[in-house]
Amino acid sequence: MPPSSTLAPAAAPRPPRLPSPRGPLGEAVVTALDADPEGLSGSPEALGRATREDRLLTLWTLQELHRGGFAGVEDDAEDAPGVVALRRRLEQELEARLRGRWLSRAEPTESAQSAQSAQSAEPLGPAGPPPGAEPGTWAAEAIDGLVAADDGPSLARFVQRRATRAQALELLRLRSLYHLQESDPVAWLVPRLPVVAKAALVELQYDEYGAGDPARLHHHLFARGLEACGVDAAYAAHVDEAPVEILEQVTTVTMLGARRRLRGAALGHLAAFEATSCVPSRRMAQGLRRLGLPEEIGDYYREHVLADAVHEQLASRVICGALLEAEPQLADDVLFGAWTCLDLEARFAGRLLDRWAAS
Amino acid sequence: MSAEPPPEPSAPHVVPCPGGPLLLRGVSSVRDADGVEHPARRPVVALCRCRRTSEAPWCDGTHRLLAHAQAPTGHRAP
Repeated sequence: MPPSSTLAPAAAPRPPRLPSPRGPLGEAVVTALDADPEGLSGSPEALGRATREDRLLTLWTLQELHRGGFAGVEDDAEDAPGVVALRRRLEQELEARLRGRWLSRAEPTESAQSAQSAQSAEPLGPAGPPPGAEPGTWAAEAIDGLVAADDGPSLARFVQRRATRAQALELLRLRSLYHLQESDPVAWLVPRLPVVAKAALVELQYDEYGAGDPARLHHHLFARGLEACGVDAAYAAHVDEAPVEILEQVTTVTMLGARRRLRGAALGHLAAFEATSCVPSRRMAQGLRRLGLPEEIGDYYREHVLADAVHEQLASRVICGALLEAEPQLADDVLFGAWTCLDLEARFAGRLLDRWAAS
Repeated sequence: MSAEPPPEPSAPHVVPCPGGPLLLRGVSSVRDADGVEHPARRPVVALCRCRRTSEAPWCDGTHRLLAHAQAPTGHRAP
């Protein structure tokens, strides 16, 4: 038994309030969820006038009905016909945009290409392990190649050396929409995987969820860190602050995890996420200590240095390898998911660093 | 041979990662060269092979920052 002082209060989770709409689509959906979810249209008239931000916040809202729900919204709203139809439509749009970016991505530079395996250096064709290649080795090399070619800006490096306390706290609030539910979207994958990949994913997830000790559960560590900083740690407390890039990150990871068809992309995303966590987590921990923020928030990042040194190897070499051993036709989707993870983070980091530089 | 059922899948106890650490599955502790015992706190641990970690004996991801030539390439533990 872990010491009880390290556990969260045993109260039932408090569902968040519906977010403030950011346009006519969100207005229509929030109004319907509040009053009569069964009455929501799957194709509201406002859809044609909705911006990307309005659409992504609406998609996030619809996806959350399947997770923790919202205060004041009936539990069975999650499968009201309009909810399902509109979520499907918004996810189809999101997936089409992400696949369009993947297909039109910039050619890797020469030095990045040399870091890639011969297969993954072929940028636009459907990729896959060549005959006779060991799938785990192929997956690890191909994903490492994408990570090595990633030249997106680094928020962790900025926090390590230059961020102010206010900027670091803003980043923690913005990350909270992801970190307070991290691993949950991946958990949805478990029943959809072949046996070796399933055993390997659960081995990784067991560690993510604290290996039986709730005090070590990763998203709970983040919540304790936020509380120590005096930041509201309730799930989705800061959603109204989230820019479009964060909404795209969180709706993507939920979509990938919750759709059987996208299992390859979901595991590729996981592998790239883990492969870009270890060194940035150390930089975050150093930056938060430089700013004198409480040790509890640094503990979350320090835990990820050692955990993700293991997880990055498990995710690409063992889990994606096992998936591709059984389902080699998913190779291109694995790389699509991995690249998408890196691309979405580069977009968010670019946006926030630009804004901070301008202020 | 063809009548034999396929072998049961199994998870190896040692997984070398070219360019990176050595994964050890299901160990309770690791003893370093000075005889110091380091308890393993997770189901799989990663042992540093590039010798640049600041969390010895565990991998801390530093090998990703090394030039390709300095990264461990062999399949053996140091």
